[in-house]
Amino acid sequence: MNAVYLAAANLRFHWIRTLVLIAAAALVLAVPVLTRALLAQGEAALTARADSTPLLLGARGSRLDLVMAGAYFTDDLPEPTTMAAADAVWESGLGIPAPLHTAFTTGDVRIVGTTLDYLDLRGLAVADGRPFALLGEAVLGAGAAARLAMGTGDAILSDPENLFDLDGAYPLQMDVVGVLAPTGTPDDDAVFVDIKTAWVIAGIGHGHDDILVEGEDAAAAAARAVQFARITPENIDSFHFHGDPAGYPVTAVVVAPYDERSATILRGRYLDAEEPVQAVVPADVIDALVARLLRIASLVDAVTVVVGLAAALALGLALFLSWRLRAPEMRTAHALGAGRGMIAQLALAEIVLIVAGAIVIATPLVIAVQSQAPMIAARLIALGT
Amino acid sequence: MIEVRDLRFAYGGGFALHVPALSVGAGERVAVVGPSGSGKTTLLNLVSGIAVADAGDVVLDGVAVGALSDRDRRRLRAARVGFVFQEFALVDYLPAEENVLYPYRVGTGLRLDRAARDRARALLADFGLGAKTQRRPHQLSQGERQRVAIARALVTRPKAILADEATGNLDPANKEAALDLLFAQAADTGAALLCVTHDHELLPRFDRVVDFAALAVAA
Repeated sequence: MNAVYLAAANLRFHWIRTLVLIAAAALVLAVPVLTRALLAQGEAALTARADSTPLLLGARGSRLDLVMAGAYFTDDLPEPTTMAAADAVWESGLGIPAPLHTAFTTGDVRIVGTTLDYLDLRGLAVADGRPFALLGEAVLGAGAAARLAMGTGDAILSDPENLFDLDGAYPLQMDVVGVLAPTGTPDDDAVFVDIKTAWVIAGIGHGHDDILVEGEDAAAAAARAVQFARITPENIDSFHFHGDPAGYPVTAVVVAPYDERSATILRGRYLDAEEPVQAVVPADVIDALVARLLRIASLVDAVTVVVGLAAALALGLALFLSWRLRAPEMRTAHALGAGRGMIAQLALAEIVLIVAGAIVIATPLVIAVQSQAPMIAARLIALGT
Repeated sequence: MIEVRDLRFAYGGGFALHVPALSVGAGERVAVVGPSGSGKTTLLNLVSGIAVADAGDVVLDGVAVGALSDRDRRRLRAARVGFVFQEFALVDYLPAEENVLYPYRVGTGLRLDRAARDRARALLADFGLGAKTQRRPHQLSQGERQRVAIARALVTRPKAILADEATGNLDPANKEAALDLLFAQAADTGAALLCVTHDHELLPRFDRVVDFAALAVAA
């Protein structure tokens, strides 16, 4: 007890040094645990999302980019395919397609243009308001609502793609008509709109006043037209699209085959390397990615052990040097009748108190990070591509 | 109280100490003088059992120190010897009261109880430090630090007080005051007081002065 009292008094007196030692020890203890927890959570989040996405169609190219963009709404986009890919699935009668257009953002939150089938396919429930129904309406994921600090009744503005792009992709103001219940998936961090709304942002569809004057050339009139930056009940009828809808771009098509047989047939249809569209089973792609990540994780583990050992040695050295500074006190203690046992107790008590302090700091840190691990992992996945 | 007979001690470096006889009775105040390196501090270490003589006897309060085990020597030292060091050797992170009680925190066989704590406070009050019991050494003057060191040497009510240049770092006024305290407490408790000093001005105040150069043999 005396050793603990003296060690505590010494640590309290040299409180700055003590805090540094405790903080360093806490990091040595917490970092390996946190790294493992986040890796495990990241792996679980990746796998769960992939498992819940039966099939993805997209332009032939990187399978990983297609899966990351179509299932996780990451920033790196694959080459777009066309709406014809979704139409072909409808016509085949083998499953339900949900086209996704993920090229735009609002306040750095991804705007996902899709159909209501997507909400059904993912089991997304509206916690407040209603699903999007009209052109220019948006539904926020729970995380997106929190990040944007917006809710039903507010309006969002798509981010400009390029200030000097005179050809289209002008910011479009959209009315928030609902907020989704949280799911712990990338859907939480997205804004959902009808795919036609996404095409309006892309400049494929637009609305403007009728400005054609009798006898005037149509091209000259079009040049004079001012496009609407907001879709309202008054101007919604003026919105129209040019060209064949089958040729409109989509990032990917999520397909929910009706059964295993339908899934097999669908996959078979896109095996031909000459076919511009590919079918990807996200679980296969993610399993390969996770296997690669696990190999990296074992390297991270090894590095963590080495860094942890180095940090522990540095801590030991700091304790040893501080103990050397107490040599006069130990000589006095010996002269006053202290044995080696007492002096060892003094040293041990100091180490125990520092480690206990480190545990006290590290434990809530680990608990806090672990409780937020799904969100952090989702963010890391979103940032990681 | 302290009896030294034909004491011999040799260091590895060739220095040898021989003390044929030295006696300090209860309540007696003896100064030891001698040139640096003559073994005065070694004598204190041998008397207190920090070091063990190669030959000869040291008897402290009736106990032959050389015959004791290491643990028993520590017990003897903690219970019956009070040390005053030249540099005060106070613990920087403890307040004055806890410095006085330090022997109870580290000493083998001692138990810190209410009586010990009362004694520490009473000593500090007697030494004019009643209002400064919670101050740490760096918040005290030189003289005050020395008084705390003396209080620490006395708190266990030792049978022998060993002082090694106890007044070496003090100004003349504080030297006198420190000696006054030591002498008064030694008289109160009947402790034998053995002081190593270089300060010849203080020698008239001691009952007896042992010239170590003449007593000990350095070879």
